[in-house]
Amino acid sequence: MNREDIIKNGTIVYNRPRLLNERNTHYCPGCSHGVVHRILAELIEEMGIEDKTIGIAPVGCAVFAYNYIDVDWIEAAHGRAPAVATAVSRLNPDNVVFTYQGDGDLAAIGTAETIHAANRGENIVIIFINNAIYGMTGGQMAPTTLLGQKTATTPYGRKADINGYPIKMSDLLAQLDGTCFVTRQAVHTPAAVRKAKKAIRQAFENAIAKRGTSVVEIVSTCNSGWKLSPAKSNEWMASNMFEKYPLGDLKNI
Amino acid sequence: MKEEIIIAGFGGQGVLSMGKILAYAGLMENLEVTWMPSYGPEQRGGTANVTVIISDKSISSPVLDTYDTAVILNQQSLDKFEAKVKPGGTIIYDPAGIHRPPTRTDITVVPVDAMTAAIEMNNTKTYNMILLGALLKHRKIVSTDAVIRGLKKTLPERHHHLIPLNEKAIEIGMSIS
Amino acid sequence: MAEEIKLMKGNEAIAHAAIRYGCDGYFGYPITPQSEVLETLEELMPWETTGMVVLQAESEVAAINMVYGGAATGKAVMTSSSSPGVSLKQEGISYIAAAELPALIINVMRGGPGLGTIQPSQADYFQATKGGGHGDYHLIVLAPATVQEMADFVGLGFDLSFKYRTPAMILADGIVGQMMEKVVLPEPRPRRTKEEIEIQCPWAATGRHGRKERNVVTSLELEPDKMEVNNIRLQETYKHISDNEVRFKEYYTEDAEYIIVAFGSVARICLKAIEDARSNGLKIGLIRPITLWPFPYKEINRLSKTAKGILTVELNAGQMIEDVKLAVECKIPVYHFGRMGGIVPNPGEVLTAFNKFFPEATNNANL
Repeated sequence: MNREDIIKNGTIVYNRPRLLNERNTHYCPGCSHGVVHRILAELIEEMGIEDKTIGIAPVGCAVFAYNYIDVDWIEAAHGRAPAVATAVSRLNPDNVVFTYQGDGDLAAIGTAETIHAANRGENIVIIFINNAIYGMTGGQMAPTTLLGQKTATTPYGRKADINGYPIKMSDLLAQLDGTCFVTRQAVHTPAAVRKAKKAIRQAFENAIAKRGTSVVEIVSTCNSGWKLSPAKSNEWMASNMFEKYPLGDLKNI
Repeated sequence: MKEEIIIAGFGGQGVLSMGKILAYAGLMENLEVTWMPSYGPEQRGGTANVTVIISDKSISSPVLDTYDTAVILNQQSLDKFEAKVKPGGTIIYDPAGIHRPPTRTDITVVPVDAMTAAIEMNNTKTYNMILLGALLKHRKIVSTDAVIRGLKKTLPERHHHLIPLNEKAIEIGMSIS
Repeated sequence: MAEEIKLMKGNEAIAHAAIRYGCDGYFGYPITPQSEVLETLEELMPWETTGMVVLQAESEVAAINMVYGGAATGKAVMTSSSSPGVSLKQEGISYIAAAELPALIINVMRGGPGLGTIQPSQADYFQATKGGGHGDYHLIVLAPATVQEMADFVGLGFDLSFKYRTPAMILADGIVGQMMEKVVLPEPRPRRTKEEIEIQCPWAATGRHGRKERNVVTSLELEPDKMEVNNIRLQETYKHISDNEVRFKEYYTEDAEYIIVAFGSVARICLKAIEDARSNGLKIGLIRPITLWPFPYKEINRLSKTAKGILTVELNAGQMIEDVKLAVECKIPVYHFGRMGGIVPNPGEVLTAFNKFFPEATNNANL
């Protein structure tokens, strides 16, 4: 039985979303980015907003996000995606604008842009991939790296007296009057993926209804950076990351 | 016709606005004008001066070496600008706060007790308009009518009731100088 | 409709001209001596009339990236700042140039380096004309000398920047930003419609709207072969601009034995100095580059064939003089006179400097 036969028989239960194109991604096997990309592609199609969605790509592993999801994209400088999204959204209020940023982009170099875009209540969606490490540049410390976590720039583990503490960016953003929805999700189990998708859908609905800024943090794995297998990465994330970054809604109004 | 003027004093004395009113009056008379402030970080208190040029021909440099007229409101400004008045030019100054008055004899020196007069008018905000009146008496640059029209143009509607007061201040400036 | 002559500061003229041009968005951060641009826009509330967006950003960095975002959607967007703020914008400017986006950036220069002073300067000539940010790129750089040009160059800057898909900069200084002069504002025109933008900017990321190919605005290309092609394309654009968009003005050059080269408000100071000198028989002419990039090399080269010497006058330690020397090709002496740190020379100082460098000129004139 070949692919065509399966389709003819109506037995297809799972397929590549139409907006997730056939380019091979540059992501490592086991990385959370692929799952989140898929969720976005599915949602944009399901919500029928592919003609008016504009994505803002970051610098970091997701720098090439624009290669994989078939909507219009703008590639921002490192950390500046929320500023770029601000102008895109204000000048094009009929469009749906989302940023897709990692922890270095959003919580280190782009902290000011993130906080101020959220504080102005820009009608945008911020997808925040928090994997506690700099993947693209080779596994250096991120602002969200856990205490004791070993990285290329904390080879003996992150120490608070030298490197400060892991930053809980979503908690900060939830404090701002401009955010309407701040939630922390993960994509390590089918149930978690379903919940994450629901959250991202709500974020897009908020943007369309102009309710303010929605932030969806996805606590993610970086098996290459963490030097663990994909399966072990999921375990490490569940037993270490979730303690510091507990899943669930931080704000939903 | 070309008149090159420096107005100099402390910030808050109305130096820049006096220059502005003069520039607007020039505009009302279809003359070319430039208004070039020496801007500073302070809203008040620091030294402030403004160069105003009014001419019937196009103006090249807004920055000058010498002036036809200097309106001087404090000692530092007098020390700085007395030597830069062209021979045959005019210094208009308020003696209040000036302990070394101008000494040049090749220019016209006009002391104006503007602060005293402003206090007598019960409105120290008229200070710069009194000095403007003195300036217009001694240098026929623009007409009083043009000044009033300029004021109408620049003042927000809600301040138009102050125009007669300003007109009076100009008259007083003319009469005491 | 009769032209209405107004009296306003150069910074205010920029704000009025932007609204009348049909500018879609302004993003800025306050810094002396150019804050009147943002203040005037906020006071005029163009969002109520033309629909123009005006936003005070959290930083110059954010502001230029907002410009990048707006420009990527095909909108006519701008920012303004002064020297230290423009340094912060350099990252974004490089990205805008690399992504081949139109945008207008205004620098009302103040004295540096560092935090420097708020008084006028022209010390950002190198930064504006030679790159500023990283990579091989140029901005179209316009140097206004009057409040009228501050107003006129907004439209010119936008038009050139859309024509060549490259950012343009108005490089002004504290004098022309802060001084008031008469100005006739351009005729108001409507902002471009969505349809007009789609036609003029088929590359813009506006949402696919049924487009078969999606639009991606990026400056990233990791494959060297392709990246070199991108660079070559940029350089071809710069060649077109250099061939077609050089702007300058000459004064008293027909019979000039000596030439002063100066830009912006300093050119006006020099003009007065030259007029004073001519009344004493000194035949000095002035060339004022209006585009600092592309620079009028050919025109200065032409003048150098008949002149005995050139003096550049700048509010810096000698920046434009490097381009003047390139133009002159060592044929005649070229000297520089400049004041720094916010000090502006008056016409007399310019003449004193001229006499110092060219004593023979004064001696001959006195004969």
